[in-house]
Amino acid sequence: MEKFEILESGMVPLTIENIDTDQIIPARFLKATDRKGFGENLFRDWRFTNDNQPKEDFVLNNSAYAGAILVAGNNFGCGSSREHAAWALADYGFKVVVSSFFADIFKGNALNNGILPIQVSPNELQAIFAAIDNNSSVRANVDLEAQQFRIDEAGIAIPFEINTYKKMCMINGYDDIDYLLSQKEAIIAFEQNRL
Amino acid sequence: MKKTLFDKVWDSHVVSSVENGPDILYIDKHLIHEVTSPQAFNVLEEKEIPLFRPNQVVATADHNVPTENQHLPIQDALSRKQVTQLSKNCEKYGVTLYGLGHPYQGIVHVIGPELGVTQPGMTMVCGDSHTSTHGAFGTIAFGIGTSQVAQVFASQCVLVAKPKSMRVTVSGDVHPDVQPKDVVLYIIAKLGTDAGTGYFVEFAGSVFEQMSMEGRMTVCNMSIEMGARGGMIAPDQTTFDYVSGREFAPKDEALEQKIAYWKTLPTDDGAHFDLEHHFDATDIRPMITYGTNPGMGIKISENIPESNDASFIKSLNYMGLKAGSSLLHMPISHVFIGSCTNSRIEDFRAAAQYVEGKQKSPDVSALIVPGSQQVAKQIVAEGLDRVFEKAGFVLRQPGCSACLAMNDDKIPAEAYCVSTSNRNFEGRQGQGARTLLASPVTAAAAAIAGKIVDVTQH
Ligand code: SF4
Repeated sequence: MEKFEILESGMVPLTIENIDTDQIIPARFLKATDRKGFGENLFRDWRFTNDNQPKEDFVLNNSAYAGAILVAGNNFGCGSSREHAAWALADYGFKVVVSSFFADIFKGNALNNGILPIQVSPNELQAIFAAIDNNSSVRANVDLEAQQFRIDEAGIAIPFEINTYKKMCMINGYDDIDYLLSQKEAIIAFEQNRL
Repeated sequence: MKKTLFDKVWDSHVVSSVENGPDILYIDKHLIHEVTSPQAFNVLEEKEIPLFRPNQVVATADHNVPTENQHLPIQDALSRKQVTQLSKNCEKYGVTLYGLGHPYQGIVHVIGPELGVTQPGMTMVCGDSHTSTHGAFGTIAFGIGTSQVAQVFASQCVLVAKPKSMRVTVSGDVHPDVQPKDVVLYIIAKLGTDAGTGYFVEFAGSVFEQMSMEGRMTVCNMSIEMGARGGMIAPDQTTFDYVSGREFAPKDEALEQKIAYWKTLPTDDGAHFDLEHHFDATDIRPMITYGTNPGMGIKISENIPESNDASFIKSLNYMGLKAGSSLLHMPISHVFIGSCTNSRIEDFRAAAQYVEGKQKSPDVSALIVPGSQQVAKQIVAEGLDRVFEKAGFVLRQPGCSACLAMNDDKIPAEAYCVSTSNRNFEGRQGQGARTLLASPVTAAAAAIAGKIVDVTQH
C-alpha cells in the first residue's frame, strides 16, 4: 500500500446523501477477476448516459472541479461490501473521501486501499460544500500526522479521528495482512487452547 | 460481569488486541463466492503464502450465475471466467466448493444454514454484506471486503474494532398477515438506514422468540440495511431443532455438549447495551418501500411522506412517485420472489398459499428464484412448482438473480418491480429499474392483481 502523509488538492463535491456502493460501482462491472480499471466505471450510471455519453450535469464531468478529495453527502458507502467501490475510487484518483458519516464496511475497505475517510460534523460538511461553491478550485490540505483537514482560504480547520493502528498503517503503507501473518503463533496457540 | 450474547461470542474469539487498535478476531467459518474472492486468491499468489485453514472455508457460485440452463456452459464470457476461476482456486487451495450442478449449490446465505455449517456461538464472515443473515443462530456474522477475505485466507482472522451494542426489542402480538419481512422493514423505516452504523444489533422480544428460524434469517439479513454490521437473535429450542440433523451439524453426544454450551449464550439479565429501541408489534402492518434506500418504507396503507430534502426529492424522481400519494392500486409490471432475504421454503409456501387457484395478471412477469438447489427440490416435493406454474409464474434455478442483476435477470428501466430482495437502490435490479421492497405474500398479491394491494384487505 502507498504511504499517506500530507495531501494538498482540489475537491470534487457530491452533495447527494446515502450514496450506496451500487452507485459507486454498479454490479454489472463486478465480473472482473483483478483489481484494475474500475475507475472508468466509477459512478457509471450517474456519469454516463446509456449510450456512454458523459452526462453534463454530473460533477465528475464538470472540469471546474478536480482533485483527489471527494466530498460527499451523509452516509457515504452504504450497502454492499464490494471492495470494488474502494478500488474504483482509488483507480479514478481519489485519495480522500470527506463525509459526515460513513458506512462501516466501506470505511474499512477504503483504509485497506490507501483511501482516507475523513468524518466531519454535518455543519462542517456544509461549510466545506460552501467553500467549494464559492471557489470551485479552492484547495484543501489533509495532514494525517496532525489529523487535520484544512481549507486555508475559507478559514476551515477541522481535526479528525482515526484509530492509532490504522494511522500507523496509512503513514507507513502497511497492510493488515502483514500484521496478521506476524501473529501466526498467537493464532495457532489460540486454536489449540479452544480444542 | 453481565454480558450480552454479542459480548459472549465476541470475547471468546479474540486472539489478542492491538494496542489502541482493533481486535484480532478468530473466524470459525469463512464463506466465499465467485465475485469477491478472485482478487483475494490473487493476494495469496502474489505473496506466495498458503491458505491457512482450507477446512474452514466453504465456497459456492451464486451472484453471477444464470438461473436457466445451469447444466450448459455459462454464455457470458466474463461471468464464465469468474465462475471457472472460483473452481480453479478452490481446487488449488483445497476449498470445498458447491458450484453449479452440485446439489448443495445456492445463495451463500441460504446454504450455510441449510447445511448446518452455520451454528450458534460461531464467528462467520463472507465477502458479502448480507452475511448478517447467519446472526439468526446467535452467530457473530458480518460482511467483509476482499482485502479482508485475503486476510482470513492467510490467518483465519480479521482485524476489527469491537462494535457498540444495540438491542431492538419488539414485543406484543403481530397481525396475522404480517410477515418477518414486514417486521424488519418496519424497524428500518422507523430507525433509518444509518441508525445501526458502528453497532451490532440484538433483536429481542416475543416477536423474535416466536419466529421460525427462516423468519429470523430474513430479519438478521436486513440488519445491514439499517447500517449495522450484523444482527443476532439468541439461540433457543427453535434454533437447536433447526440445526439438529443437518449435514454438517454436530451429532449425538457432540450435539448435546454443544447445545449445553449454546444455552449459556443468551444475554444475561441486566447486561448493558449502548443503545436500546423498543417497538410495539401490534403497530406493524404489511410494509412496502417507495424510495431508493430500504429505510424509505411505509405501511402499504399509508401515503408516501413529504419532505423538502434534496436527496428525498431525487429519490422520488427516480422512482417516478409523488410525495403524499398512496401506492395502493398502482400498476406494476414485475415481481421477483427470491434473494437471500426471502428465498427459503417458508417464503415460497407463503407465496404459494396466496397464489393457489389464482391467475397472475397478464401485465406482470413474475419470477420465482429459489435460494438453493435444496429449496428448489423441496418446492417440487411439495408441489409448489405446479401452483406457481399454473398461476403463470416462472420458476427458475437458484442464484442471486434479479436481486443484483449481474446476470440476465434484469428489470427494465422505469419498470416497477415488487421484490422480496433487500435493496431498492437506484439501478440495483437493472439500470433505471424501480424496486419496491416487500414480503413474499405482498409480492405474490401484486403479481395476481397487477397492482399494489394490501393483503390485509384481500
Ligand atoms: S441474493 Fe442479493 S443480497 Fe443476497 S447475497 Fe445475492 S446479491 Fe447479495
